[in-house]
Amino acid sequence: MSIGLVIRLLVLALLVAFLVSPESFAFVFEPLTKNNQPVIYNQGSLLDLTLNHLLIVAIATALATTVAVGLAILVTRPFGAEFLPLSRSLANVGQTFPPVAVLALAVPMLGFGTAPTLVALFLYGLLPIFENTLTGLTGLPPTVTEAARGMGMTGRQRLVRVELPLALPVILAGIRLSTVISLATATIGSTVAARTLGEVIIAGLLSSNTAFVLQGGLIVGTLAVLIYDGLSAIERALTRRTGQGARANA
Amino acid sequence: MTTADITSQSRTAWLAFDKLGVLIALIAAAGVFLPFAVYRANRIVLGEGVLISSALNAPWAILLGLVLLVGVGMMLLRVNPLAKLGVGFVVLATLFVLIGQSATFLTPPDNTFSRVSPGAGFWLLTFAFALMVTDALTRLKFGPWQRIGILAAVGVAMAALLWSGAWNDLSILKEFATRAPAFWAEARTHLLLAFGSVAIAIFAGVPLGILLYRVKPLRAAVLNTLNIVQTIPSIALFGLLIAPLAWVAANVPGAAAIGISGIGVAPAMVALFAYSLLPIVSNTVVGLVNVPEAANDAARGMGMTNRQRLFSVELPLAFPVILTGIRIVLVQNIGLATIAALIGGGGFGVFVFQGIGQTAMDLVLLGAVPTVALAFAAAVVLDAFVEMVSTRERAQ
Amino acid sequence: MIEIQELTKVYGETTVVDRVSLTIGAGELCAIVGTSGSGKTTLMRMVNRLVEPTSGTVLIDGQDTREVPAYELRRRIGYAIQGHGLFPHRTVGQNIGTVPHLLGWDKSRIANRVDELLSLFQLDPGQFRDRMPNELSGGQQQRVGVARALAAEPNILLMDEPFGALDPVIRSKAQDDLLAIQKRFKTTVVLVTHDMEEAIHLGSRIAVMDGGKLLQYAAPEEIIANPATDFVAELIGGDRPFRMLSLAKVLSLVEPGEAAGDPISAGASLREAYAECLWTGREALPVIEDGKLIGRISRNELAKCAARPS
Repeated sequence: MSIGLVIRLLVLALLVAFLVSPESFAFVFEPLTKNNQPVIYNQGSLLDLTLNHLLIVAIATALATTVAVGLAILVTRPFGAEFLPLSRSLANVGQTFPPVAVLALAVPMLGFGTAPTLVALFLYGLLPIFENTLTGLTGLPPTVTEAARGMGMTGRQRLVRVELPLALPVILAGIRLSTVISLATATIGSTVAARTLGEVIIAGLLSSNTAFVLQGGLIVGTLAVLIYDGLSAIERALTRRTGQGARANA
Repeated sequence: MTTADITSQSRTAWLAFDKLGVLIALIAAAGVFLPFAVYRANRIVLGEGVLISSALNAPWAILLGLVLLVGVGMMLLRVNPLAKLGVGFVVLATLFVLIGQSATFLTPPDNTFSRVSPGAGFWLLTFAFALMVTDALTRLKFGPWQRIGILAAVGVAMAALLWSGAWNDLSILKEFATRAPAFWAEARTHLLLAFGSVAIAIFAGVPLGILLYRVKPLRAAVLNTLNIVQTIPSIALFGLLIAPLAWVAANVPGAAAIGISGIGVAPAMVALFAYSLLPIVSNTVVGLVNVPEAANDAARGMGMTNRQRLFSVELPLAFPVILTGIRIVLVQNIGLATIAALIGGGGFGVFVFQGIGQTAMDLVLLGAVPTVALAFAAAVVLDAFVEMVSTRERAQ
Repeated sequence: MIEIQELTKVYGETTVVDRVSLTIGAGELCAIVGTSGSGKTTLMRMVNRLVEPTSGTVLIDGQDTREVPAYELRRRIGYAIQGHGLFPHRTVGQNIGTVPHLLGWDKSRIANRVDELLSLFQLDPGQFRDRMPNELSGGQQQRVGVARALAAEPNILLMDEPFGALDPVIRSKAQDDLLAIQKRFKTTVVLVTHDMEEAIHLGSRIAVMDGGKLLQYAAPEEIIANPATDFVAELIGGDRPFRMLSLAKVLSLVEPGEAAGDPISAGASLREAYAECLWTGREALPVIEDGKLIGRISRNELAKCAARPS
């Protein structure tokens, strides 16, 4: 574990160093360029793009989490029970929509730029969180919910004190999945002129400059792995605390 | 809890309002008062919305109004889901036929530049009634064959609609008409990319999964590596494969001859294959690990060799889980294959990105709609298959 | 005949089975009893080499089991386990036909054997042959599990807690079925159980295991009368007299004479007869066999049988 932690911190430090001073790493990418192409992305600061990329993903995921968890709670209450079967199917159908299609279809309504990317990330991010929250809330051991009911907890008390805390690891897994998908999908946002790391990759593709493609890909990939890893660690800690390892879902 | 609620509600009078229906009806109502179609003088300029009343000639507009009225009425009331399903399909069919009719009506004679596309009203109405149909289908709990049958019927109906020429005046079909050969070529490429990469991933992934199941120490390392591959953004992975494949094409004799090159289908295929491995391999491992210990012990105790046990006990029992992995990957790759267009790999993505470039949304739709339809159909069919192979074992 | 000689199994530092030797005669039913962790299951699993012994040998009819490949050995030995281990993806018929299929029997022979076994276990072949295991009740699944173990007419049948998952009523029915079938085919049965009552009821000989060692191997009467260690006595429990009575049938103690009240069947156990005497307050009970009165059985004689043999 401690060796793993050291490696993770090292990777993070390397990433930050690269973002702050990309020129110092020029020698790594040098062999990938041809005909005196620029080695390091030169149409904007990598640090700015990275922060913007993360910001878009963070806003979209935060919104998606709020809405998805809220909706999932709603349809699992007696009041919203009528909506449960449909919302399940919708979450299922929604996932068959490719992210590119969602993105492209958001453009006519919102024009080019960050807005359609944000909306696409939000919509696409809803699904895993919604699905996992549903799984978490409906898949609780019946003995636990029965016991809570038997002790005279009200519906709200059951939700806040029993159901949500027990479902938390599964919900977090959904948020993790959604975040990683959003990190990758945000790169495609550059095709509709959002300022994300996709710019670097697409600039590389257009000028056949593998160094650019690698830079963009490496930054996004490293971010994704680190975030995935960090959220998994939180989940594991939570799961261990409630001792229900077997229930965590993808 | 929820089933009890639903049954207690279904016992109330059929005249009672349906909560879900009220919500859907509000969406539909908004759809009625938004433009049904959009008219543009040419394919790029901003369009102007046309309400139902002026988008169709009077008899058709009245018919649509009546059909919508019946449809919304069915939505609001608690009636048999089968009736809702039937009415929902009728309304959707009417909407689809009349949007084509509207395009013919709105296009001035002999004008090849003007474009008519579906408006926000049409989309909202379609969405509302699609929700009604989905809800009815979910409640009816059809078996796998019935679901495939319904999907096939809808497919045939759509094909007939397109074939009949009723939509020929719609903008999306005008985009299609000007590039029909390209459309079919990209469709072939798209299918080749999506299905080809999954096929290769099955051939490589299932044996790899079996290996990891048998050799435990390898398991975590390989699965973690594949997990990291999954987190690399698709554009980057596609892009990163260009250089090595170009090198292979230039330096390995015969590689170029079998179609390997730096740009085009080859890197797209390799990238899609790489994305497919994790779900297939990990589902194979999970499926095999979950084979009941008692069945395995009995098989060994009765004198099956390892190979016999693998093929007649372990793999058949793991099959539903493996098939679920294949379903995930196939749907995912049908969507991801659109990205291939960015590196010259072709597929429906070509139209999506061309459309984005030209701000021609109908061109985007020409690429996006078949992709979504394909992914949706693949999900329905494979979900049905998964259900078929799993119900045989479970008590029904 | 199974000869187990100095059989030992060591996992890492722990000795699970420690130099066990015992001989199970042909047609015997040997019940291996012990608590969990006693090594009883491991001992049984070394007979068909599901567990390879660390040292020692197993001879079956004089042949060392290591002389044939493990899978061939196992095809000759029936194997039934707790929770039946039926293949959930195969029909009842296919499950029962597994070993004959592995042995390459032709289709019609397999089909005949399947139907024969289903009838033997009171399951109508037409009704059950093509059902899936999950469509059966627990008792039916268990019977199919035993039928599958017997499919290739093995001389030896290994059973690991075969009745563990059944409720008491079905359990006692399944035990009687096993005894009838064992008697009919003269199969040598090795049965692992943690339940001494079951061992006494079924076993012609009982092996008591604890901590990997064989504590005692003897006929049930002997085990009850002279438990080798305190542990064996503890396993038998406090009601030893009644266990003794449960070993013999009423027929063995019939005397001429008459008695009043409801008769008892000659096939009932002495324990049942004694219980009936106590319950109805009678000194003797009339005994019937096949519906005919054949004599009586007295409470005094029954009480003598319950005393420690000298």
